[in-house]
Amino acid sequence: MDKKTILKIANLAKIEIDDSKANEIKTNLEKILNLVDEMNQVDTDNIEPMSHPLNLKQYLRDDEVTENNKRDLFQENNKNTADGYYKVPKIID
Amino acid sequence: MEYKTLTEIKEAIHSKKLSSCEITKYYLEKIKKYNNKINAFITILENQALDKAKKIDDEIVKGNIKNLSGIPIAQKDIFCTKGIKTTCGSKMLENFISPYDATVIEKLENAGTIMLGKTNMDEFAMGSSNETSHFGDVKNPWNTNYVPGGSSGGSAACVAAGMSPCSTGTDTGGSIRQPASLTGICGIKPTYGRVSRYGMIAFASSLDQAGVFTRTAEDCAMLLNEISGYDSKDSTSSNEPVPNYLEECRKKFKPVKIGLPKEFLDGLEDSVRKIFDDAVLILEKSGCRIKEISLKTSKLGVSAYQVVAPAECSSNLSRFDGVRFGHRAKDVSTIDELYKKSRSEGFGNEVKRRILVGTYALSAGYYDAYYIKAQKIRNVISQEFREAFDEVDLIIGPTTPDSAFKIGEKLDDPIAMYLSDVFTVSTNLAGLPAISIPMGLKNELPIGLQIIGNHFDESKILSLSHHYQQITDWHSMMPNMETL
Amino acid sequence: MTYQAVIGLEIHVQLKTKSKIFSGASTSFGNEPNTQACAVDLGLPGVLPVLNKEAVMMAVKFGLAVNAQIQNNSIFARKNYFYPDLPKGYQISQFEIPIVSKGSLKIRVGDDFKEIRITRAHLEEDAGKSIHDMFNNDSAIDLNRAGTPLIEIVSEPDMTSANEAVEYLRTIHTLVKYLDICDGNMQEGSFRCDANISLKKSTDTKLGIRAEIKNINSFKFVEQAINYEIERQSEILDSGGEVVQETRLYDPAKNQTRSMRSKEEANDYRYFPDPDLLPVYIDDQDIKSIKSTMPELPEEKRIRFMRDYSLSEYDTSVLISDKNLSSYFESVIKSKKLEPKNVANWILTDLLGLANKNRTAINELPITPDRLEQLLIFVHDGIISNKQGKAVLEKMWDTSKTPKEIIDSEGISQESNENEINKLVDKVLENHYKSVEEYMKGKDKLFGFFIGEVMKESKGKANPKIVNKILRERLKK
Repeated sequence: MDKKTILKIANLAKIEIDDSKANEIKTNLEKILNLVDEMNQVDTDNIEPMSHPLNLKQYLRDDEVTENNKRDLFQENNKNTADGYYKVPKIID
Repeated sequence: MEYKTLTEIKEAIHSKKLSSCEITKYYLEKIKKYNNKINAFITILENQALDKAKKIDDEIVKGNIKNLSGIPIAQKDIFCTKGIKTTCGSKMLENFISPYDATVIEKLENAGTIMLGKTNMDEFAMGSSNETSHFGDVKNPWNTNYVPGGSSGGSAACVAAGMSPCSTGTDTGGSIRQPASLTGICGIKPTYGRVSRYGMIAFASSLDQAGVFTRTAEDCAMLLNEISGYDSKDSTSSNEPVPNYLEECRKKFKPVKIGLPKEFLDGLEDSVRKIFDDAVLILEKSGCRIKEISLKTSKLGVSAYQVVAPAECSSNLSRFDGVRFGHRAKDVSTIDELYKKSRSEGFGNEVKRRILVGTYALSAGYYDAYYIKAQKIRNVISQEFREAFDEVDLIIGPTTPDSAFKIGEKLDDPIAMYLSDVFTVSTNLAGLPAISIPMGLKNELPIGLQIIGNHFDESKILSLSHHYQQITDWHSMMPNMETL
Repeated sequence: MTYQAVIGLEIHVQLKTKSKIFSGASTSFGNEPNTQACAVDLGLPGVLPVLNKEAVMMAVKFGLAVNAQIQNNSIFARKNYFYPDLPKGYQISQFEIPIVSKGSLKIRVGDDFKEIRITRAHLEEDAGKSIHDMFNNDSAIDLNRAGTPLIEIVSEPDMTSANEAVEYLRTIHTLVKYLDICDGNMQEGSFRCDANISLKKSTDTKLGIRAEIKNINSFKFVEQAINYEIERQSEILDSGGEVVQETRLYDPAKNQTRSMRSKEEANDYRYFPDPDLLPVYIDDQDIKSIKSTMPELPEEKRIRFMRDYSLSEYDTSVLISDKNLSSYFESVIKSKKLEPKNVANWILTDLLGLANKNRTAINELPITPDRLEQLLIFVHDGIISNKQGKAVLEKMWDTSKTPKEIIDSEGISQESNENEINKLVDKVLENHYKSVEEYMKGKDKLFGFFIGEVMKESKGKANPKIVNKILRERLKK
């Protein structure tokens, strides 16, 4: 894992990495990946990946409106709103 | 005060020997006295608790008494509580007041419990020692130089220290069972899907389960009765009918066939091995047959877990971006800056580390080697458990490889920290229920016995645990809080 | 150098469910910002998605309508990226196993039909809206739309011109309205399209590098954007350059496409199955019962109309383009008293003309099919003339009076009595005896003049057919 990869990953995850900390992070991540590599001890070629521990099917909800307007409650502690909108620094597309 | 267990408290309240106000005041006093040393609570709800206690007492006078009326409880700060701060142990949610109640909270409130406060925890449930909380470390009441375990460290410590008769926790890789083991109390993680996850701040969605800490297995059963059941707001919750766990565990004990995976004895320290062997002997004397089995792949559980959990959490934590709620960085001029600064300021190091690992494991080129591989290992582990349960009713082993470690001892070595979960993670990967009950002391520090059951076999687990607690006394031991 | 354009479209169709795909908030359009974004839509800590049954049904209906395979078990996946109108930091979509795969439909290209293959259609949630020109230094985020169900329909790159692309778009647009799964309102954003365009030389087997043009919301803009893009890429290739694989936005004001700054870095979406949702299971029995609730599809209707009513291609196309219009038409001709072709004319010319003038939608016409039928029967029977009929139709638009009531109250009638008309013809031929002589000598076009004069004499009330008949008899050479 090189520094460039770490910075790319950090950017995808929107986390700042201090240049001074980058090496420490790299070392830690490598250790974890070594631990993870132990999985290769087992041959899993004919095994299906398992996403859920139980064999359940998705419940389907009836198409009904069950929620009403709670905007005031949700925006109660948020100073970064105006006229009901959430505000973020302007984005130029 | 002679009441320690929920069973005792409930009996006293029903027979009017004790009022909700009295018992609530009792525990609030304990919290006042000890929390400074233990740091188990992030938020203490004194006024609110007393108000509710009064209401409950009024209702009881009118003849309205519910299953858990008057029982005080501490709630892990991972459960959203309406109108009350819900921090998840993080600076990111330091001032977040949830606009709604988690289903678990709703159920317990409706059953008549009295919330004493929100307990401290590893940040976003990521940790095994409660050393990553933004609100400071939690100390083990048995020896405050030692960790209580994590991530539900606060919930475990407050019950162990007698500050609350019970508490809720969550378990993703062992976060209920491991602290229960290290603090000498009972902690149960139900089958995945047994308890609703709605309102429980998500760490790893396919592994997380809500559970409880109590002094006895019977008490676990009592609480499990109330929190279990299908919730239409949680697509992953199960329709499996909920038995009366309390009734089931109190039934006459029927000896069971118990599997002992040889992998769970690997490299166990001698004194721990001795404590465990004693426990096994007691089970054998009760008529249970102990059979050696093998769970070959369980050791790889940690590796698989260290991919699946971070992968899911890296995605689950993307919603913390400073826009709609939570910590928002000041003085930012672009949206990118807003995200990066808010998240970097709001998250601690362990959380950041796991987000990075998870993002990496899901990224193009690595997805198959890491994420898919881990999900395949998960399948293999589940398969091994399935085969084991064809031969035995329950599986046992020590919950943790050792008793509590010193604060700071493993903080710089994440791998060592992760390996302390080696006996617990595979049950999360397979979605199986498991309990940890106290089985002894090593150098004055507790250690727990883990009992794992097949899917939805909580009754069997509780029955064996209850029986064990009728012929042993480990669950009654408490640290000497006066010497802290 | 002329290149071959290779075009594929990704169409986002908003499903007209009452509530959102994963929450019970309302999907209705145009309300105050963030009043329809509940806890689940906002991505608050601890919330979980629960799937809307109707969204699944609608997706299956679409799949059946394009003869696609319906997956018995489909999986929702998370598409991870950061954008303020995406509250969870990921969009719940479908990746490896979509609910609908491999279908096709036919589009008209000139006089022919061309098959366009559909790679897949999957369910996903819509994002909210970002408005960049509301505040000075900030962008405004409205999450009302977040969580609205979408199906994304991906075509194979089978189209080779802007025309074909527009035709495909129109065909899908009509289809989803027919199936009643989408209101097709492009201005409100219920039907949006991204176009992928690349060029290649006719001798190339490999496809060229493609550019993606995002979020085009009108048929006209699709055509213009694609044509602009084809030219832009041609110029690049002609000058020896390479097309950059990128995402571009169409600017209708300048009729140009330009690079999207925010999408410049290639995004790794890190798709993985959403652990909060379980596989969506639909068995063959369910699919069968959904099939039985489906309406007649546009193609089937087209074939039937042309066969049973002998209508022209063009007339059929217009009638079937709107399910309301075709059922209106069929109501009028139901009693079989009128000739379908004739009725079609009246509807397409006169009725639609009035609808356009008054800006009335087809499902809100004030003239009911049976009132129109009554009027047309009067014209057919000769009680009033065509021209008079048109005038009555106009009056019918504004009142609920029956045609008979209007005809009676205004004394509109047509003179069909042959004796009476004979008298008028006598008068005209007498007054214009010189012209009659000229006609008899061979000036045939005077016939029209005589008709006109008789009509004038009758103040427009003479039945033109009878006038014609009588004049022919009288002017027999």
